[in-house]
Amino acid sequence: MSTKYIIASMFVMALTTYVIRMLPMAIFRKKINDKRVQSFLYYVPYAVLSAMTFPAIFSSTGSEVSAVVGCVVAIVLAYMKRGLLTVAVGAAVAVFLVQMIGF
Amino acid sequence: MKKSEFLQGIRHGIPICLGYFSVSAAFGITAVRSGLPLWTAVLISLTNVTSAGQFAGVNLMVAGGSMIEIAMTTLIINIRYFLMSLSVSQKVESKMSMKKRLGIAYGITDEIFAVSMQQPRKLTASYMAGLILTPVVGWTLGTFVGGAATQLMPQKLSSAMGIALYGMFIAIIIPPAREQKNVLFTVILAIAASVAFSSLPVLKLLSGGWAIILITILVSGIAAWLFPRNEEENAG
Repeated sequence: MSTKYIIASMFVMALTTYVIRMLPMAIFRKKINDKRVQSFLYYVPYAVLSAMTFPAIFSSTGSEVSAVVGCVVAIVLAYMKRGLLTVAVGAAVAVFLVQMIGF
Repeated sequence: MKKSEFLQGIRHGIPICLGYFSVSAAFGITAVRSGLPLWTAVLISLTNVTSAGQFAGVNLMVAGGSMIEIAMTTLIINIRYFLMSLSVSQKVESKMSMKKRLGIAYGITDEIFAVSMQQPRKLTASYMAGLILTPVVGWTLGTFVGGAATQLMPQKLSSAMGIALYGMFIAIIIPPAREQKNVLFTVILAIAASVAFSSLPVLKLLSGGWAIILITILVSGIAAWLFPRNEEENAG
């Protein structure tokens, strides 16, 4: 792999990613007043985050058992309305402990 | 620049920063093991700020992929940012200048998007600058540390950190799903669709990036059709 090739690839990746992120911000400067579009956008975060988390979370650690335990811990903590950091760290600690036990 | 807004953004970015550190350390390790010089791995993280896209990009580089291939793969994996950015465009202050809008666009990641959507008010440029800065520092620094200390991080620790970002997503979707039936419906439908897309024979063929955006459009569309929201609710 030549350095020139790496830099060119990096430039292509960064440019593609930036254009995807930039276009909506540049185009939709005015508030969209259509009620259907507003409703649609309201649900986007929940739909996209749910789809990204499941089932991917179950293969995010060293073993499926530890991932299931971590996921359950995260759901319980989130249900109790704990903050982002608490839920994230709680899940990671649970996974670590389960992996230490040997699962 | 409003200082209090900026500092609040910095504060809200700390959990993301910590989660990013471990993921980007894994990226640094992968990149260096794949034969990339450490400084290019760090530069990739700083210019891209996208996890799955970067991993795929490095894989393609190792395989000697063409620029078209690299651009197309990046597009497919990252196309979801288009919808996220569209949501953010509706939530930033309407008087925000074009320059600031173009600056904020750089930092729209899954997690920064998720946290900004949780804000009960309009987003200012100062707040977004803080919310983007902390995670980008974590992302870049993590890549450096991971790449520099390729062998040092214990396997069990780094693999446990892999769940941290998903834990954050769960912390964002569960509390509103608990209170609002329409959100609960959206979450369950999206999970069901996502599981179907990753396991059913024909649907499985669709690559991850397209599946996510297809599910998002379908599920949000169905939810908006079944549970339209009125003006006051949407003001939030």
